[in-house]
Amino acid sequence: MRRIVPAIFMAAAAAAFAQQSNTVQEIEKYRAALGDGNPAELWEARGEAIWKEKRGPKNASLEQCDLGLGAGVVKGAYTVLPKYFKDSDKVEDLESRLVTCMVTLQGFTPEQAKKDPFGGPGKKVAMDALVAYITAESRGMKMSVAATHPKEIEAYELGRKMFFFRGGPHDFACATCHGVDNQRIRLQDLPNLTKQEDARKAYTSWPAYRVSQGEVRSFQWRLYDCFRQQRFPELEFVSPASIALTMYLAKNSNGGTFNAPSIKR
Amino acid sequence: MKNTKIIVLAAAVAVAAGCASMTQRDDAALNAKALELMKASFREQGIAKLDRLIQDDVQRLCSEYSGDKTLPKDVAERIEKAEQATIKYPADGKYLGDWKNGERIAQTGVGMQFSDTAGAAAGGNCYACHELTKQELAFGTIGPSLYNFGKIRGYTPDMQKYAFGKVYNSEAYSACSNMPRFGHNKILTEQQIKDVVALLMDPDSPVNK
Repeated sequence: MRRIVPAIFMAAAAAAFAQQSNTVQEIEKYRAALGDGNPAELWEARGEAIWKEKRGPKNASLEQCDLGLGAGVVKGAYTVLPKYFKDSDKVEDLESRLVTCMVTLQGFTPEQAKKDPFGGPGKKVAMDALVAYITAESRGMKMSVAATHPKEIEAYELGRKMFFFRGGPHDFACATCHGVDNQRIRLQDLPNLTKQEDARKAYTSWPAYRVSQGEVRSFQWRLYDCFRQQRFPELEFVSPASIALTMYLAKNSNGGTFNAPSIKR
Repeated sequence: MKNTKIIVLAAAVAVAAGCASMTQRDDAALNAKALELMKASFREQGIAKLDRLIQDDVQRLCSEYSGDKTLPKDVAERIEKAEQATIKYPADGKYLGDWKNGERIAQTGVGMQFSDTAGAAAGGNCYACHELTKQELAFGTIGPSLYNFGKIRGYTPDMQKYAFGKVYNSEAYSACSNMPRFGHNKILTEQQIKDVVALLMDPDSPVNK
């Protein structure tokens, strides 16, 4: 009997450990299996069509939009964003740049261009699709956010401040969960986004098709939902703070190979 | 030669000092600008109003002393003393509630998000960061393991009181802890905190098995 007890205990502990690593392994397997046929491709195809479609009061396509590498260049554009644009005199990420182009090229009002930032059940939006298409055109390329213009440097510094800003009823900052190496929330690994290696891995995996939601989620959505969980008020779509924080995280991922839209649980 | 060295050194010190005060001023200006930026970028939604962006002393100091800046000892002591004074212990002097309720509170993270309804009971979400029982495998590692919390420390009234205070206001014991101030910020009620304390301190709780 005395021998059996520790044996049972050890078996239970081993089973617990096995179950945990199994869960992680199963998720990895699931990702690998789905990686070949990521439903995000449907968004990418739809986005390409929307990019080329004549829309808005000016009945124009987005094909002449300058995403950072010159008018009409889509290939690799996401790797240099966020970036300062002379025409708008602002630092813009992909989503805010698309809003600018919808206004200047297609004649939408800013309100119209920003109206439907994220898709949902039974609601397909142009923004998600455009983001999926444009980001996919940077797949396999290295992140290279310049952050050299004074406004870019300022955005980076403000984004860093936001990252460490504790607030709300739970005293949470981004750094609460993403400032230390090798931690988990429940079973979910948490990247330390202040460090290049983790920032690269995390930033280059968004946007993502979320299996649990059946939607492609953009980086703007990622930040919006992080702040919801942080118990902050609602982060406004393409707001200056959202772009500053994106600048901080994107620059920290410089040198990483972009590999999205990806697929996540 | 020696004099030149001293002058150069003195000049270097003066420049460094100048830079330091300059950096401090720049940093304060940057903090102010970041707050301004955030106020212009968030909007109130449901129960989450914009006052959530107004920091109290703990939030402000802990934001400042993060990243590359370590928290000075005197600031830590000041925070802990001030937060200690906020703890409201139960009037009936009883710290232990029902550990089964405590387990439910530890499992759920609902509450206080802009997607949550006003007035609904919130959870503590302890498992998000802590190991507590051997039955629950999906625990996080942001905080230390609390398995065998009472068994290791002893089931004493003092330890019950400590556990209550820690859950009520973690900053009173460990300045700039990542743990929410569940009582102080009215996330959990007094009874809910008692239930969580029971989860940690009741000898019958699976935490102590």
